Amino acid sequence: MKLLNNIRSGIDKISVENLKGKVTAIKDAIPVPEKKEKKEKPKKAEKSADKDKKEEIPDGFIKCPSCSAVIDKKDLGALKICPKCAKLFRMNAKDRVKAIADKGSFDEFDINMESVNPLDFPDYEVKIKSLQEKTGLKDAVKTGRCTIGGRPCVLGVMDSGFMMGSLGSVVGEKLTRAFEYATENKLPVIIFTCSGGARMQEGIISLMQMAKVSAAAAKHSDAGLLYVTVLTDPTTGGVTASYAMLGDIILSEPKTLIGFAGRRVIEGTIKQKLPDDFQTSEFLLEHGFIDAIVERESLPGVLADILKLHNVEKAGEA
Amino acid sequence: MPAYDKVKIARKVSRPTALDYINHIFDDFIELHGDRGFRDDSAIVGGIAMLGDTPVTVIGVQKGKTMEENIKRNFGQPHPEGYRKTLRLMKQAEKFRRPIINFINTSGAYPGVGAEERGQGEAIARNLMEMIDLRVPTISIVIGEGGSGGALALAVTDRVWMLENSVYAVLSPEGFASILWKDAKRAKEAADVMKITAEDLYDLGVVEKVIKEVDGGAQNDFGFTANLIKSKLETELAELTAKDTDTLLSERYDRFRRFGEFKE
Repeated sequence: MKLLNNIRSGIDKISVENLKGKVTAIKDAIPVPEKKEKKEKPKKAEKSADKDKKEEIPDGFIKCPSCSAVIDKKDLGALKICPKCAKLFRMNAKDRVKAIADKGSFDEFDINMESVNPLDFPDYEVKIKSLQEKTGLKDAVKTGRCTIGGRPCVLGVMDSGFMMGSLGSVVGEKLTRAFEYATENKLPVIIFTCSGGARMQEGIISLMQMAKVSAAAAKHSDAGLLYVTVLTDPTTGGVTASYAMLGDIILSEPKTLIGFAGRRVIEGTIKQKLPDDFQTSEFLLEHGFIDAIVERESLPGVLADILKLHNVEKAGEA
Repeated sequence: MPAYDKVKIARKVSRPTALDYINHIFDDFIELHGDRGFRDDSAIVGGIAMLGDTPVTVIGVQKGKTMEENIKRNFGQPHPEGYRKTLRLMKQAEKFRRPIINFINTSGAYPGVGAEERGQGEAIARNLMEMIDLRVPTISIVIGEGGSGGALALAVTDRVWMLENSVYAVLSPEGFASILWKDAKRAKEAADVMKITAEDLYDLGVVEKVIKEVDGGAQNDFGFTANLIKSKLETELAELTAKDTDTLLSERYDRFRRFGEFKE
């Protein structure tokens, strides 16, 4: 519960699920669309119903937020897909790298970089430390060099398990260095985004990371190099308003939440309920803001093809 | 002065607007409209004008002083087409080698259905990426509220200045308190820890200059602040214009590159 509280207060807008094997819904500014029914129930009933359900789920099992089936976590497989309804569970950065990079090819950058507390924000260090212990991550992004289908690239993968993938100094610096490395070594960049947006505890310094990463992306682009973004659930706020939307090619997984402003903020502004499909990848595709929706299992192949189509030579053949 | 008192001054309806400064500081202002894609966003004003003997492009986020004006200006909350208009005008300035001056005064980019449908995130992102590469001197001045990505979208510039009683933040103190503490009423407390005042941001190196206002705020002596801005713009633009373009661009890159604290 302590972890939950930490995350609850630390994150920016999004629901968190599957913490330590327990399914817990947190109401927040942007609920994922499929949680909507739950939100509309009376608060008390929801709480006790949730509690009852939680108790029914044995260790090592998880309830699918889409079809409600209780599933053995092992049955989700390496790609974390519900075997009953094909709902895509969120993937952590480690599993994502494993699923995308050629086996054994990922050479991680800046493994030891971690946050300090630039604004002396109360309890920020404590929060970081406890999350590091619980997740095994230093912060919310992994970057490195790898091959995909034998073709080299620089890969960045954000992780929603760490303060909702929020964009603080570490995420900004690691992504900026990844772009700079790629520019220097004439490599394409592929970033899997996944973020609630800015990291509140770093205030204006977090906002400046949007400019910093976008500037590095601009230099990389000026050098004629390829940048692909894959928007995964959820991609919102300051990440959407910076490097997520700057790919030469922008892909997304099905039914992914992608947006700038939070659903509740918009509903509060317009005094209306929004439709379920608002701010999904399907909605963005329809409105012309992403190039394609790609099934999770097809991503490595599609990315390899995109690299090939941009004349990225196979490693060792250049 | 507590940070939240500055927030209140920054939000005053009587606070001088972008157009007030533009009309006072520049001559021959010709307003140019539209993003050439969807419509003209009245929350953004922009055009060409003379600063002394120098033609410049000026852009501002415009708030209203009456309810009617504010409805027209959407309370200074731009839509994507507003940001696309700014980018069009900035690229035009680059073509004709005009320096660019942006006046920022927004609580944030508009959170609405149409704004999301038309890619609010993409519009802001595009500005960040393009502005870093503009081959002319650029200066932005926060004159009231500098709200989050909606402000940053005009502030990726060689120099960023703030008026003494303006604020610049990742989010409004109300929004911040509601996200972190689930209680928007703790905005005052949030304002204290967020480091959003001109003085705090100067100390953090986020802005290069803090421009004085008379007691109580710029509305009490508009000419004082506007004249100060004018003379500082003239001096600064002369310095920036003297730099060769590659130096200008690499210094701008470094300006944003250095933000962030971490250990490894």
